[in-house]
Amino acid sequence: MADLKLENVSKSYGDVNVLKDINLDIKSGELIVFVGPSGCGKSTLLRMIAGLEKITGGTLDIDGVRVNDVPPTNRGIAMVFQSYALYPHMTVRDNMAFALKIAKQSKDQINAAVEKAAKMLQLTEYLDRLPKALSGGQRQRVAIGRAIVRDPKVFLFDEPLSNLDAALRVATRIEIAQLKESMPDRTMIYVTHDQVEAMTLATRIVVLANKGIAQVGSPLDLYERPENEFVAQFIGSPAMNLIPGKVTATGAQTEVTLENGVKAHSDVPTVDSDMGRAVNIGIRPEDFVPGDEANCCFTGKVAITEKLGEVTLLYFEPQSGRDAVIAKLPGIHNGLRGNSVTLAADPAKVHLFAEGRSLLYR
Amino acid sequence: MSPILQGLITIVLGVGGCVTYFYLSNLVLDKVIFPPKGRDPGRNINRANMVRPWLFLLPAILALGTYLAYPVVGSFWRSLFNRDGSQFIGLGNYEKLAGDDTFRQAVMNNFLWVLFVPALATFFGLMAAQLTDRLKWGNFAKSLIFMPMAISFVGASLIWKFVYANNPTIGLINAVRDYFHLMPVDPLQIPFWNNFFLMVILIWIQTGFAMVILSGALRGIPEETVEAAVLDGANAFQLFFKIKVPQIMSTIVVVWTTITILVLKVFDIVYATTGGNFGTQILPSYMMQYMFRDDGRATAVAFVIMIIVLPVMIWNIIQARKETR
Ligand SMILES: Nc1ncnc2c1ncn2[C@@H]1O[C@H](COP(=O)(O)OP(=O)(O)OP(=O)(O)O)[C@@H](O)[C@H]1O
Ligand SMILES: [Mg+2]
Repeated sequence: MADLKLENVSKSYGDVNVLKDINLDIKSGELIVFVGPSGCGKSTLLRMIAGLEKITGGTLDIDGVRVNDVPPTNRGIAMVFQSYALYPHMTVRDNMAFALKIAKQSKDQINAAVEKAAKMLQLTEYLDRLPKALSGGQRQRVAIGRAIVRDPKVFLFDEPLSNLDAALRVATRIEIAQLKESMPDRTMIYVTHDQVEAMTLATRIVVLANKGIAQVGSPLDLYERPENEFVAQFIGSPAMNLIPGKVTATGAQTEVTLENGVKAHSDVPTVDSDMGRAVNIGIRPEDFVPGDEANCCFTGKVAITEKLGEVTLLYFEPQSGRDAVIAKLPGIHNGLRGNSVTLAADPAKVHLFAEGRSLLYR
Repeated sequence: MSPILQGLITIVLGVGGCVTYFYLSNLVLDKVIFPPKGRDPGRNINRANMVRPWLFLLPAILALGTYLAYPVVGSFWRSLFNRDGSQFIGLGNYEKLAGDDTFRQAVMNNFLWVLFVPALATFFGLMAAQLTDRLKWGNFAKSLIFMPMAISFVGASLIWKFVYANNPTIGLINAVRDYFHLMPVDPLQIPFWNNFFLMVILIWIQTGFAMVILSGALRGIPEETVEAAVLDGANAFQLFFKIKVPQIMSTIVVVWTTITILVLKVFDIVYATTGGNFGTQILPSYMMQYMFRDDGRATAVAFVIMIIVLPVMIWNIIQARKETR
């Protein structure tokens, strides 16, 4: 039960502007994921919501109440830190009970809350241990347990899984997903670097870049209908290929003539005035299929192949200082290296960008 | 010969001696005692490697033995003799100590010193460390608080003698009293409390030491644990006493015990202010009183002090080890 509303939220350290004019409406029960390149201000934004960092501009409302100047504890939020931030001198039990003790709850209440959380996170047998006697995964579960016992309205996670190894990360990610399901009316905000975490956990993803929000939307929205080149390349791996060309036919389907004379088609509609406009077509590596001259949209010489079994990655020779085009073909393909390969793509999956922005949105 | 030349020669001889010692002793070990040949060269190499650490330790063990262990045994032995060392009197010196009122008072006073000085110096140091941490002029305040550390105990005693001076135009305390038209007093002659006036001097000196060490420890606390506690609702006091202090507890103990050991050695303050009069005697200054007059008695006192310090010292070392781990 907590709606968050960020209105023109900005942050600057002295003269250094880190975030500006962030507008975001978060509905109760959503799991919002912040992603973005390192240093773009994800942690800063999260910490401003927590109250650990002063908001230098704009307003933050929780449930319709302006909380800019409300101290962290009274905002009804709990935070899980990347480094766990467990109190090293307290047992797991005391770590989880600390907030409740401070809030002067009764012993029985505290015990009940701690035991319940411990059971949920399979920590019961570790309750009397000190954090240093726990593995990384267990520590992170204690940190999550510490947040749960307080029963906050909003959970904040700052890269909670990045210190765990790959297998544990998957397991803990699923635990967090289940946790979210068991508390459908709690709001969660989650910062991550990991695309898979973002795509699997989020109800909506917020892509931060350039001191602001690049796009907000459901994971598949961002994947299928990116608003700009940045989001297009940030979501998905390997990144979307961008190939420059000129619009040569407009209408419900657009024809773009690439620099090497090849004609590519996109289902993104264009208007007459777009004729001759310089655009980039965007094609995800996985949307390429082997093609021929007739429906071709890209031809190039394969520089490197990576065979992963499930898929084969083709890295084409880079042209005139641009990023190399990458294609991801299902299955195993031998003997392509050094050869010229022609690829095609379904016009429905060809994106169009002009001046960095998608022509789908206008 | 010029002193510089002397120094240089000493350095060359010392460093050269060390190098020669390590080189030659290892050479002898490897080539003569356990040469890697014969029927079982591997075993010889292993044995040589087992002996090697002792080669490196030997000079230190010898030096410590000569200058530490031998004096302890020697002083104990000396304390069993009479004043000029001519006659063995067994535990006679210790019996005399037990029967001496001044000695008993010194023990009692020392007990007070050990109780209050380390506790207050550590406490004030901790407060100073915490309070100066976020201040813009914190570093300036810190250097002020640390400055007494650079003054010798005798110097500090002289400064405080002025503070305590009887004459209102000199003594700070009596100047204040004078302002309120009270008669001047001599703080150092007020029975029982004068002990505390002397302790103030050592606390004044040691607070800086405690502050520097503890402020380093406070900085080492992970910021996230503090932030987590803020989110958990802890107020400033709870943050400090429930989150920060427990995390630097081992450092606090080390500072505390280090000052305790120091307290049991300081004689200069009492010596330079009251000379042990007016009921302010403590063990080290009591010992100084007998030194050169009755070495038997003085060494007996020294030995008593050592017995008292030993457990504190062991505790200190254990804690310090725990901390470096
Ligand atoms: N005290 C400060 N003074 C000036 N700039 C700061 C300060 N703290 C953070 N910044 C800047 O704010 C920006 C955002 O930092 P933040 O930690 O939020 O990045 P992030 O998106 O969480 O990065 P990462 O993914 O690496 O964790 C960074 O460019 C950083 O240099
Ligand atoms: Mg971060």
